Amino acid sequence: MAEFRLPKNSRISRGKHFAAADGSSNVRRFAVYRYDPSTGVNPRLDTYEVDLDNCGPMVLDALIKIKNEIDPTLTFRRSCREGICGSCAMNIDGGNTLACTRSIDSVKGDVKIYPLPHLPIVKDLVGDLTNFYAQYASIKPWLQSRTPPPPDQERLQSKEDQELINEPAACILCACCSTSCPSYWWNSDRYLGPAALLAAYRWLVDSRDDATGERLDELEDPFRLYRCHTIMNCTQTCPKDLNPAQAIAETKKMLAERKY
Amino acid sequence: MSLRSPLGRVLGLGTAKDGTSHWWGQRISAIGLLFLGLWFAWWLATMPGFSHGDVVAVIGRPVNSVLLLLLSVTLGYHSYLGVQVVIEDYVHAPGLKVVTLLLSRFAHILLAAAAVFAILKIGLNA
Repeated sequence: MAEFRLPKNSRISRGKHFAAADGSSNVRRFAVYRYDPSTGVNPRLDTYEVDLDNCGPMVLDALIKIKNEIDPTLTFRRSCREGICGSCAMNIDGGNTLACTRSIDSVKGDVKIYPLPHLPIVKDLVGDLTNFYAQYASIKPWLQSRTPPPPDQERLQSKEDQELINEPAACILCACCSTSCPSYWWNSDRYLGPAALLAAYRWLVDSRDDATGERLDELEDPFRLYRCHTIMNCTQTCPKDLNPAQAIAETKKMLAERKY
Repeated sequence: MSLRSPLGRVLGLGTAKDGTSHWWGQRISAIGLLFLGLWFAWWLATMPGFSHGDVVAVIGRPVNSVLLLLLSVTLGYHSYLGVQVVIEDYVHAPGLKVVTLLLSRFAHILLAAAAVFAILKIGLNA
């Protein structure tokens, strides 16, 4: 059954408060979700006061500063710190986004930071993306062609062909979209979610791919594809400004086109 | 606890190779309902009176009977498709899901049949 309230062991209590050092002038408060499943203790919300005069401009800068200087037990993923690896996807100020490209200035009041919604938590801001990656693998995200490649060069695309995959291929698989989708919250065991469907679309429209029919066959399912109810949280939240909702709509149109 | 691979779990029982007719049917019936709904609103607004005799006489006109029949059947179909999606979204216990889906189907067919019967009874007696 759908979950409308958090289970008892997931309800969040107030955590510790870490006050800023004396003499800090430009203090901002960060409320951060903390949870360690191995302890059996409920999640809590710790608050950290950070001196922004000695901190980089992005939310990720603040998290790194907290981990380095205030509380080394805080756990989060990060790598490239420039919006291309997708590691630091989290829920900031109520929306899923990348901590490295979201500026602290753009948040009003306390900066509230939670993990991506509706994932099992590994620790603190780190969600378990096993199912998400398996869904990506399930759409066979590689070129399937029955046409032998030219012996002396790569497979060519026209400029127009390339433009079709340009945007969907820019997805960094940060999972912001899928974990913002209510349909994915309730049915992620069977619904592929916007990220995997955007990836599927990227191969459906690839001029070099010969498996369009087989790919559509695999998607044509009341749950895998049609659990999308065009809520469009995916497009609204995408930190790369991509449009998974449109890709899903185009996929539905392709399926209708081959049937009628 | 199962050690089945995550990919195996995602692939599950495979694709149902279905869903497009459902999705298309929902859209087509919505377009139908848009026109029928507008007609129905206009029809109610221009009804000469709401006494039993007035209404029966108006429903009895062939154009009205046919449009009301279409409205009842399309509404039942559209509502059935929509309720089915809601149940599939929110009811996950396998037994309960099948039971609610069946009950919803029966209820929709029953309501549509009752509406069709009532309209035909008036229409054919007029």
